[in-house]
Amino acid sequence: MADVTNRDIDYVAPAEVEEMELYHAHSWITKYVFCQDAKVIAIQYSLTAVAIGLVGLVLSWLMRLQLGFPELFSFIDAEDYYQFITMHGMIMVVYLLTALFLGGFGNYFIPLMVGARDMVFPYVNMLSFWVYLIAVVVLVASFFVEGGPTGAGWTLYPPQTILSGTPGSDGGIVLMLVSLALFIVGFTMGGLNYVVTVLQGRTRGMTLMRMPLTIWGIFIATVLALLAFPALFVGAVMMLFDKLLGTSFFMPAIVELGEQLSYGGGSPLLFQHLFWFFGHPEVYIVALPAFGIVSDLISVHARKNIFGYRMMVWALVAIGGLSFIVWAHHMYVSGMNPYFGFFFATTTLIIAVPTALKVYNWVLTLWRGNIQLTLPMLFALAFIVTFVNGGITGLFLGNVVVDVPLSDTMFVVAHFHMVMGVAPLLVIFGAIYHWYPKITGRMLNEGMGQFHFWVSFLGAYAIFFPLHYLGLMGVPRRYYEMGEISFIPESVGTLNAFVTVMTLIVGFSQVVFLFNMVWSLFYGKKADPNPWKATTLEWQTPETPPGHGNFGKELPIVYRWAYDYSVPGAKDDFIPQNVPPSQVSGKKKAPARRRKRK
Amino acid sequence: MGLIQKLTEKPWLEQGVDADPRDPDAPAYITGKVGLWVFLGTITSLFSLFLSANYVRMGYADWRPLSEHDLLWFNTGLLVVSSLAMQWAVSAARRGQLSGVRNGLALGGIFAFAFLAGQLMVWRDLVDQGHYITSNPANAFFYLLTALHGVHLSGGLIAWARTFARAWRDYNFFDVRLSVELCAFYWHYLLGVWIVLFAVLLIT
Repeated sequence: MADVTNRDIDYVAPAEVEEMELYHAHSWITKYVFCQDAKVIAIQYSLTAVAIGLVGLVLSWLMRLQLGFPELFSFIDAEDYYQFITMHGMIMVVYLLTALFLGGFGNYFIPLMVGARDMVFPYVNMLSFWVYLIAVVVLVASFFVEGGPTGAGWTLYPPQTILSGTPGSDGGIVLMLVSLALFIVGFTMGGLNYVVTVLQGRTRGMTLMRMPLTIWGIFIATVLALLAFPALFVGAVMMLFDKLLGTSFFMPAIVELGEQLSYGGGSPLLFQHLFWFFGHPEVYIVALPAFGIVSDLISVHARKNIFGYRMMVWALVAIGGLSFIVWAHHMYVSGMNPYFGFFFATTTLIIAVPTALKVYNWVLTLWRGNIQLTLPMLFALAFIVTFVNGGITGLFLGNVVVDVPLSDTMFVVAHFHMVMGVAPLLVIFGAIYHWYPKITGRMLNEGMGQFHFWVSFLGAYAIFFPLHYLGLMGVPRRYYEMGEISFIPESVGTLNAFVTVMTLIVGFSQVVFLFNMVWSLFYGKKADPNPWKATTLEWQTPETPPGHGNFGKELPIVYRWAYDYSVPGAKDDFIPQNVPPSQVSGKKKAPARRRKRK
Repeated sequence: MGLIQKLTEKPWLEQGVDADPRDPDAPAYITGKVGLWVFLGTITSLFSLFLSANYVRMGYADWRPLSEHDLLWFNTGLLVVSSLAMQWAVSAARRGQLSGVRNGLALGGIFAFAFLAGQLMVWRDLVDQGHYITSNPANAFFYLLTALHGVHLSGGLIAWARTFARAWRDYNFFDVRLSVELCAFYWHYLLGVWIVLFAVLLIT
């Protein structure tokens, strides 16, 4: 390794960075309601997402009650059940996970972690939240229209979506599509902010390759979302035309209840392609921020620099790019040219390469680290295990020959819940335990946190492991009740009842978590400004929680990457990003550099 | 610094910031312009997906090509003039002539409104001739795509109205110039989109 030039500059006048004009709130309304401060918008986004997520949680209880104890609950009929699964899926994927990761974490941490005072377009950012809120309200309204919400399945496949046999085919589906279109418009406004703030708003010295991986994950995910959500928008608008104006974009000639409908010639497959061209990148829109955040959690709580930082960044970019050419693996049973299936199976398996690389790097970061089993670390470790589990079943489903018999069984349900339900949620929990002290100034209660972690983690396995076995036996998904099917033994019912009970228990532990968040807000232990001894800029703010404008009078200058942990000779075993080399006591050489020289 | 060079940096080896007080990493681009480029990326994705849906749907048996409408050529001309007028405003802004900026903006806006009115007339004619949105998938795509383009142009007109007000009222020439440049760029982009859409409608 060649000698490294260390550009030690003690102090550089910060005057050259142009200060942005900050928006200042003048009244209670503009400070807390129509606010343009990204931190307030982040909290508004998060609270809305959690509120609608709770609706999704309750829906999952209702459908599990029906599956676990069929014929016991007279208030759930087949139509209700379909509406529950549809709304549960849509709420969790789009309105909870996407909104929480990008609207919540993105808004709070992008300006703080890149050293900006706020997002670059604060007004558009505020609009983004309000349009999102309207989208959520429209979605909720669909529960109260005649016929209820749509029950077409979250994939909304035509033609059944808008035929009268499907529950909610009148008002429900229209509101669903309008809500999705609104969500996408709102998201685009927010997404512009996230991308442009990362590109333009970084403080001095914060080069792209010095950004924490959290920001890289959110950045790449937002780019994916900006390119993929239009596909859903196109599908939603064309379906609305089919439903309301009688066009035949997706609707083939069809006879319904003995009556020939006026539709003809449309292509249901076209919708599937549009939907999954959005739907697959959507998986990574949820997963990439989780990858980024978990990298930082592991590095901080194992007191070690992230292994292979550059590779981690490139892997994020590679996964993002590949995610656009794998969508048809959701459509193996829709009928396609065998070569087409072969192509998509290959690309799907290739995506496992950068993903596995990330998993190895997390494990190698832990290797010989000074692992602190704090709550964020527990959740991060749980994420790695869960993600590997869910990822491996993905390899099964990515192969056409294995996928075809497993299609539409509980195996698929188990797979995607593990990989894009449980795994990202574990990261969200870990991130909340990690950053709650910065956001509120108080620590979350440890005891309740431990209870929440163990019940959620073990409970999730008790729920989803059995579903793999059910799926391998051929138990179909989306069925309201099994009735008497020869290949389904009675024991399936017992297992289903067990899973239902576990669902209720895990659900209860989330209530404990929410209680913890409210309780700790008032009675939690006062938090140190940097309780985890982390290097990134959000922990170096003069105030906790960070005040308006984030960083006192002068913006921080960044002198190093975000992973200087366990540095020999450093005062606290770590060096924050904004500490100039001259202020580092002892030897300035980081261990990583010395190892490189060998 | 090139992108490749940036992405192959070794952040764990380098500390400090560059001695030059003008930070080489300071953004070389204007934030508003970067925002517009990113936004246009999203719109490009939107229109390409609509066009690929159009392309797929064309392959089905019930597709009947659209009857051409002469007024569309005229409308295209209006949009070209509108775009040219905006460009005139930009070069006036670069020269620092406020009157030129005002005239260019006014003309650009008027011709854009005329284009939208022209499109509505095409719609009315088509409806009068019995080409309804349900009669054929080609018609449906025509109405859908022209509507979508019109909506984007209308959104542009909101930005145009703000620029127009700015060019008349508060005189901060840097702001005016930037707004005019952004508007004109969006106008050229929408002209490009329209030409592609029109070409697709003509070939099918």
